Amino acid sequence: MPEEIVAKHGLQAIQRVFKQAKAQKRAAFIPYYPVGYPDYETSVEVLAALAEAGADIIEVGVPFSDPLADGPTIQAATQIALQQGTTPRMCIKAIETIRQRNIQTPVMLMGYANPFMAYGYKHLTSDAQHVGIDGLVIPDMPADEVDTLQTLVEAADLGFVHFVAPTSSSERIRLSAEKARGYIYLVSVTGVTGERQTIATELRQYIASIRLVTQKPIAVGFGISTAEQAAEVGAIADGVIVGSALVKSAEKGVQAVYQLAKSLRDALNAS
Amino acid sequence: MTIQQSSPKTLNLPDERGYYGAFGGRYVPETIIPALEEIEQTYYTLKDDPNFQEELMHLHHTYTGRPTPVTYARRLSVYLGGAQIYLKREDLAHTGAHKINNALGQALMTRHMGKKRVIAETGAGQHGVATATACALLGIECVIYMGRVDMERQKPNVFRMRLLGAEVRGVDSGSQTLKDAINEAMRDWVTNVRTTHYLLGSALGPHPFPMIVRDFQSIIGIEARQQMLEQVGKLPDMIVACVGGGSNSIGIFHAFRDDAHVQLIGVEAGGNGIESGKHAARFADPHIARMGILHGTKSYVMQDEAGQIMETHSISAGLDYPSIGPEHAYLRDTGRAEYTYATDQEALEALQLLAQLEGIIAALESAHAVAEVIKRAPTMPKDAAILINLSGRGDKDLNTIISALEGEEGLHA
Repeated sequence: MPEEIVAKHGLQAIQRVFKQAKAQKRAAFIPYYPVGYPDYETSVEVLAALAEAGADIIEVGVPFSDPLADGPTIQAATQIALQQGTTPRMCIKAIETIRQRNIQTPVMLMGYANPFMAYGYKHLTSDAQHVGIDGLVIPDMPADEVDTLQTLVEAADLGFVHFVAPTSSSERIRLSAEKARGYIYLVSVTGVTGERQTIATELRQYIASIRLVTQKPIAVGFGISTAEQAAEVGAIADGVIVGSALVKSAEKGVQAVYQLAKSLRDALNAS
Repeated sequence: MTIQQSSPKTLNLPDERGYYGAFGGRYVPETIIPALEEIEQTYYTLKDDPNFQEELMHLHHTYTGRPTPVTYARRLSVYLGGAQIYLKREDLAHTGAHKINNALGQALMTRHMGKKRVIAETGAGQHGVATATACALLGIECVIYMGRVDMERQKPNVFRMRLLGAEVRGVDSGSQTLKDAINEAMRDWVTNVRTTHYLLGSALGPHPFPMIVRDFQSIIGIEARQQMLEQVGKLPDMIVACVGGGSNSIGIFHAFRDDAHVQLIGVEAGGNGIESGKHAARFADPHIARMGILHGTKSYVMQDEAGQIMETHSISAGLDYPSIGPEHAYLRDTGRAEYTYATDQEALEALQLLAQLEGIIAALESAHAVAEVIKRAPTMPKDAAILINLSGRGDKDLNTIISALEGEEGLHA
C-alpha cells in the first residue's frame, strides 16, 4: 500500500498538474484552507469539496499561534482552529482521511516553521510520504534557511515551495527558483494574506523577471478573491492561489466554499 | 572557571548568515528579506563611518545623558555582608532606561536609509517611549504596536508615547502582550517595507537585528568597564543583568566577553515559580522551553508539544516573552554566561530593599537582577565586586507595585 502511494504522490504529482493545466491552456487552481476551522470535521469536508470543485492542488494550512504572515481572516480562523485543539498531527490525519476516501488531488502541507520543527523534520517528511502528502510550503522559511529540511524533502521525493516577493532581488529569485520543488510561490503584493480590491499591475513584470531565471511553474498568491481577479492572474501565471476569500466563505458553510471554489476554477477555463 | 577559559571568543559573531553557533538566522517571509539585507548593508557602512559614530556619540553626550554613572551601593553591600555591589545606572539615561541607546542609533540609521516612517513593538513601553522620543527628535513618523494587556498595565507609558507624537496601536490578538505586538509590527512591515523601518527593540528577531541591537547597547559595557577600572581599580568579578529578549544584558556583557574571569549572569523572569508553569524562564524549564523558531530567529522558545508558542507570565512586562535572543542561547550553551531566574515575589522584595537602602526605585525588570545579587553577594568575599546593570527606573511600574503590595504588610512595615 505505501509503495503505491509513494508512486502516486510527491514532486511528480505536482509537476503533472502543471503539465496538464498547461496542455489545457489554463492556470492551475490552488486553494488554501486550514484544518480545524470552524472545526475538524467541517474542515475535512471543505477539503473534499475543494477537490470536487476542481482544485488542482490544495494547500492545507497548519494553524500556528503566531501567524505573522497572515492577515486578519486567516489569523481569526486559525485561532479558532487552535482553540479546538488542532495540532499538526491532526492536519496530517485530515489529509490521510481524504486519501482514504480516494481523493487523490495533490496536497501541500502549509505551515510555519516552529510547529514543523517541534514535530521533527524527519517525522514530518516520512509521515507526509506515508500519508500521501505531495509537498510542503513554509512561509517563514526562506530558501537560504531550508537547510536540513530540504535534504529530507528531496530524499522523500516531496515538493517544496519557495517564495519570491516583489521586493526580491534577481539573486534571491534565482536562489528560490533553484531550490523550489514543484512550483514557485509569487507573493503578488507586499503584505500579509488577505483579499484586495485590485491586483498589482506590476505582476506581469515580476513574472517576466522570474521567467528569465527559471522554467519552473509560478503560482501567484496573496490578494486574489474574485473570479475576475483569478482570470486576470491566471492569464499570466501558471497557478492561482486563493486563501482568505475561501476561508471567509466558510462562514456560510461548506456549500458556499464549494460554490466560490467552483467559480474561481471555472474562471480559469475561459480564454 | 575552567569552562570560561576554554570558551571560544565571541568577537566574530554572528557569522555572515547571522548565526551564533546553532542559534539565530533569518526565518521571515521572503518579502522582508531584501529589507533586512538593506539594513545590514547600511549598518556595516555606518558602523565604520566616523561621521555617523560622532553624530551618535554627540547625541548620547548632549541628549541621552551618557555616560551614565556607576554607583557604589554602599548600604546594600554592608547589609548583605559580602561582595561590594556597584550599579550601572541606565535608569538615569533619558527616558528612564537603556532602550534609548538602540532607539537613537536605529533612528539615525532610518534617516540614512531615507525612510520616513518607523514602527516598533513594545512590552513594558520603555522601548516604545525610547522610539517615540528618538522619532520626535529626528522628525520621523512613529507607530508603536502594543498588546492590549500591556497597555493596561503600563498606562503612563502609553500616554508618554502619545505625548511624544507617536501613534499607539493596541494589539488584540493572541495573548495581547509583547509577542503579539511583534507579530503585528511584522505584518505592518511586510506591507509597508519600502517606506518603513522596523525599529526592533531587543536583541532578537531576524539577522541583523540581534547584532545591531547588541552593538548599539554595547556602550553600556564599554563605559562600565572603564568606570570600574577608574573607580574600583579592577574589573568586576561578576556582572548581573535581567534577560527578557536580552538587550540590556547583552549590552553590558559584550565588552567583557573576553575577560574570562568576569562571571556573566543573566536573570530571567521566574514569575510565580517554575513549577507553577507561569513564568518566562526559558532556560529553567526544559519541558516547555526547547529549540524553536519565533519572530525570525532560532533560539530557545517556550512551546507546547505541538510547537504552539506558550503564554508567559511575569510581573514585569519587559521580561514577559517566550523566547530569548540567539546570542544568549549561544553564551549559555558554550558556558560563557550563566542563566538563572528570580520570581515576581523576589523581584518585588529586591525592589523595596534597593529603594530603602540606596534611594533608587528600580524598574521591575532590573529588580530581577538585584534579587539574584541578594542571593549571591552574602556568599562572596568582601573584596569581590558585583556589577548590576540597573537597566531602568521604576516610575512606570508604580501601579503594578501598588497593586502587588496591597494587602501585604511589607510597604508600611
